[in-house]
Amino acid sequence: MPSFSHFFQILIETKGVFFKAMLLTLELTVVSILLGIIIGLVFALLKISNIKILELISDIYVYLVRGTPLIVQIFILYFGISGIFLLPDFWAASLALALHNGAYISEILRGAIQSVDNGQFEAGRSLGMTKTLTLRRIILPQAFRRALPPLGNQFIISLKDSSLAAFISMNELFNVATTLGSNNFDEMTYLLIVAVYYLLLVALMTFVVNRTELKLAVSDR
Amino acid sequence: MNTKEMIKISQLNKSFGDLHVLKNIDMTVYESDVVCLIGSSGSGKSTLLRCLNFLERKDSGNIIIEGNEVNPRTDDLNKIREKVGMVFQNFNLFPHKTVLENIIEAPVMVKGVDKEKAIIKAKQLLKKVGLEDKSDVYPSKLSGGQKQRVAIARALAMEPDIMLFDEPTSALDPELVGEVLTTMKDLAEEGMTMVVVTHEMGFAKEVADWIVYMHDGKIIERGTPEQFFNQPKEERTREFLTATMLK
Repeated sequence: MPSFSHFFQILIETKGVFFKAMLLTLELTVVSILLGIIIGLVFALLKISNIKILELISDIYVYLVRGTPLIVQIFILYFGISGIFLLPDFWAASLALALHNGAYISEILRGAIQSVDNGQFEAGRSLGMTKTLTLRRIILPQAFRRALPPLGNQFIISLKDSSLAAFISMNELFNVATTLGSNNFDEMTYLLIVAVYYLLLVALMTFVVNRTELKLAVSDR
Repeated sequence: MNTKEMIKISQLNKSFGDLHVLKNIDMTVYESDVVCLIGSSGSGKSTLLRCLNFLERKDSGNIIIEGNEVNPRTDDLNKIREKVGMVFQNFNLFPHKTVLENIIEAPVMVKGVDKEKAIIKAKQLLKKVGLEDKSDVYPSKLSGGQKQRVAIARALAMEPDIMLFDEPTSALDPELVGEVLTTMKDLAEEGMTMVVVTHEMGFAKEVADWIVYMHDGKIIERGTPEQFFNQPKEERTREFLTATMLK
């Protein structure tokens, strides 16, 4: 184990390069979460559409994504798609992460939507609101609120999963840590440093999710 | 007595799977009538009510609302629902919206009413149901009786011609039933056409123009409250009344 003073010395010396890597990790994570929410919402709605073929499409998507490792999906997008057209590294990684998260998010959202009492839907309909309007104005806001705790979980998972982008040579946190570690024959110091950065990011993310929860909980007070 | 037919149902049938819940129902409701649907649980009275704003789809028969025969397949049900307000047993207020937002939601989003005007109207309605001080409160802060009065105001905000009530007091604590019934009575006195599924015999006796008694998916007997409660014609009705009055 490295000594404390050594650890802090390296931590301070490398803050520039790690900060840059942290920004890339953050970009990968935010893009993949935002795309993942859109993808997840689309497939959640397909799943509850009551149209067999659409339900099946949603089922197959979720099965394929949950049934294969994320690293395989990243490599397929990186190597596979580049045979057809070249996907920039960032987008190969972001898209793979988004498609991956989308499957899990779709299940989170589906559960949340179905947990909203059917009476809410009937109330909207009885007031002359269309299905779409009722969904948008009445059901989804309530569902999203219920989905926040598991979504927060999923966001943290996707932050940490972004480390797999290292394997398609994206200079995000994990890649920088392992590269610097082996170059300096000092792996442990750099792994501990990168752990600190991940912990910081998770703390930030937890804070944002908690704040959003509080804000949405205003109707309970 | 008014003669404009607001609702005319003929030979209405509805089944849930093997269960035949509505059997050849015929019923006409005239303008400003208050009709109370009574009967034991499972008699089909709530299903009948829900068929009237097409939350349940009929299997066969005709439903004519304000002179127009409604075909759920081709007609715009949303347009009809704008004219037929519904109050539910469990209130079904939107918990993520304040009382005021609950009331203006449909007028603004469905009818395209100007938001300022919708708010003015909503405040008048809140005053009418005695809750003008609650407009910025969320439903979780209201008692059951207050929730139901907001639900009534919400339905009225669409300016319906007909109001349907599905056991509006069944989920309430006994001491809160009165305030909701009073609101409904006021509405009846203003001439609103109302169809009310209820177990409140006192309300039915006092406010209804017509009582319709249902059993096992059929209308057994109908009449004015006086006829119905004092001289029921059918044996089944007498049994029901005896059982209810003993409670």
